[in-house]
Amino acid sequence: MSALDNSLQGLRETFRRDQVWPFLAGEQNKVDVSNQMILYVEGLNLSFDGFKALNDLNLYVKDGELRCLIGANGAGKTTLMDVITGKTQCDSGTVYFGQTHNLLTKDEADIAQLGIGRKFQKPTVFEEQTVFDNLELSLKTDKRVIQTLFARLSPSEIDRIDEVLAIIGLKELRFMKAGALSHGQKQWLEIGMLLVSDPRLLLIDEPVAGMTAQETERTAELLTSLAGERTVIVVEHDMEFVRSIARTVTVLHQGSVLAEGTMDQIQNNKDVIEVYLGEEAAEA
Amino acid sequence: MSKLINWFTEGRSSGKYTLPFVVLLLAVTVLASAANLLLPQDSALYVSTYSITLLGKYLCYAMLALAVDIIWGYCGILSLGHGAFFALGGYAMGMYLMRQIGDRGVYGHPELPDFMVFLDWKELPWFWLGMDQFWFAMIMAVVVPGLLAFVFGWLAFRSRVTGVYLSIMTQALTYALLLAFFRNEMGFGGNNGLTDFKEILGFDLQSDSTRVSLFIITALILALVLLASQRILSSRLGKVTLAVRDAEPRTRFIGYRTERYKVWLFVYSAVIAGVAGALYVPQVGIINPGEFSPINSIEIVIWVAVGGRGTLIGAIIGALLVNYAKTRFTAIMPDGWLFALGALFVLVTLFLPKGLMGLYGQLQSKRRQNAEQEVQS
Repeated sequence: MSALDNSLQGLRETFRRDQVWPFLAGEQNKVDVSNQMILYVEGLNLSFDGFKALNDLNLYVKDGELRCLIGANGAGKTTLMDVITGKTQCDSGTVYFGQTHNLLTKDEADIAQLGIGRKFQKPTVFEEQTVFDNLELSLKTDKRVIQTLFARLSPSEIDRIDEVLAIIGLKELRFMKAGALSHGQKQWLEIGMLLVSDPRLLLIDEPVAGMTAQETERTAELLTSLAGERTVIVVEHDMEFVRSIARTVTVLHQGSVLAEGTMDQIQNNKDVIEVYLGEEAAEA
Repeated sequence: MSKLINWFTEGRSSGKYTLPFVVLLLAVTVLASAANLLLPQDSALYVSTYSITLLGKYLCYAMLALAVDIIWGYCGILSLGHGAFFALGGYAMGMYLMRQIGDRGVYGHPELPDFMVFLDWKELPWFWLGMDQFWFAMIMAVVVPGLLAFVFGWLAFRSRVTGVYLSIMTQALTYALLLAFFRNEMGFGGNNGLTDFKEILGFDLQSDSTRVSLFIITALILALVLLASQRILSSRLGKVTLAVRDAEPRTRFIGYRTERYKVWLFVYSAVIAGVAGALYVPQVGIINPGEFSPINSIEIVIWVAVGGRGTLIGAIIGALLVNYAKTRFTAIMPDGWLFALGALFVLVTLFLPKGLMGLYGQLQSKRRQNAEQEVQS
């Protein structure tokens, strides 16, 4: 009798009406941030021909945070971003996006569709296409081949593009080829391409390189306004800029985290002064 | 503001000539056909059947150039092996035409083509079965090149082979097929290939009306393929294609599986090449392994470069002009043609990086610049 009960119970469990079987639900791109953390990087190691680019690197980023990564050349900042976005395979370690998505098992396209957007150090936009087309391509849509062939811009998508065009200040230039934009405008277009895709996590590599003071200021404003709703990780060399936006700063040195804290804490940290700010202080 | 409009129209200019071009193509086709069938032979405007066949052949080449332009001009995949897909389509048609000969061959065997009788084979190899059905042969003309392109593309693009390495691989592909088809044991007629065709769907291949019909069908299919390709490349898929050409890693980072886009575009292009091959064979009356030769595939690339990469119409114009020049030139100085072709390629690369289509744009922008300067001074 109890065996029958058990199997009945099992059957009821299997056919519960408030749930969908996992294989029917399809892969969900939901990010589980119930522990307030959106990115877990643990014990990351990567070496190129004996050179340790990443050395037991641990990094946790809170959901909605604006985090700055600083560090000298070769400290592993860009390599870390490469690993997170699937461009480079690491030797060992784990990278989780939310609590469920293991990023190391996914490729670039998958990771992008999960909602991780990236801006490169050197602005890379599609130069032969118009500003508008660049943004259209970056929209958060179904990106499979057939669906793309028959894709039509919906009114809400056009509104979204217009909105982003206004934010990045390229409204007048929407039908200009991206290749004809100035360096700073390209940077902005690339940020716009990130925005229009509505990402959860933005990885931004040197956003203000080559920008005028005014443009830098506007970028700082934009990035601070993004944080909260989205999580932003910025790599930047410009210390003024970091100071103007950062709440939490992580210092990388030789492939691992050297220090983490507010800008003031960092500036007073002995290790940091020694290896990073020390040089600046010495120069001054 | 006017500058803005100029940018706008320039970005879309490739599409606006398509419809007029198709109308022109079809008009010429109809006029040439009518001039052949309706006018008496001694009329000044009479177009000989030889010319009709020649035009039909050029149109097949144009379709082949279009196929290469789609993947090279729009997706940046330089295929130096597209002749292989063309030849495979051609062989499918050739096998059908071979089976249509029936017992009218030299040896009079009711089922086996002449070369099999000659090789003392007793029965048809399995891959010749069903090729006596026109529909089946036509499906094969599309499926075989498509499948080969799929397998090749899937392996190459998934492993992220690009640039020169990919071009060399495509070249090796067509060369390998060349060597294979040369072998008698393959069962495709070896060195001599397939020839001595009699009729297609019951129509005599030598008659004027069949020739003209084939020519018209070729023109219609070319127009159809051009319109379809224009449509595809102006959709969002076309934009993704250009994005892959210009910055593939970037395209991946915004969430597109670029290798899948490349594979499907490669298959589409190979299928067009296969169709062109199938239309080519009944018009020239022979298909042999020479069509697989790497030089042929390189010639196609030159046609596209002359006409202008990434313009579709440019590829067609390039193929027509270069082949017309080839016909003329080889009549005067047969040995000089390859030198002329090489010189043409060098000149185009140096002075017309965007081909003849680009020349028009260059002249226009120069005129505009001059006008602006005049206004300023």
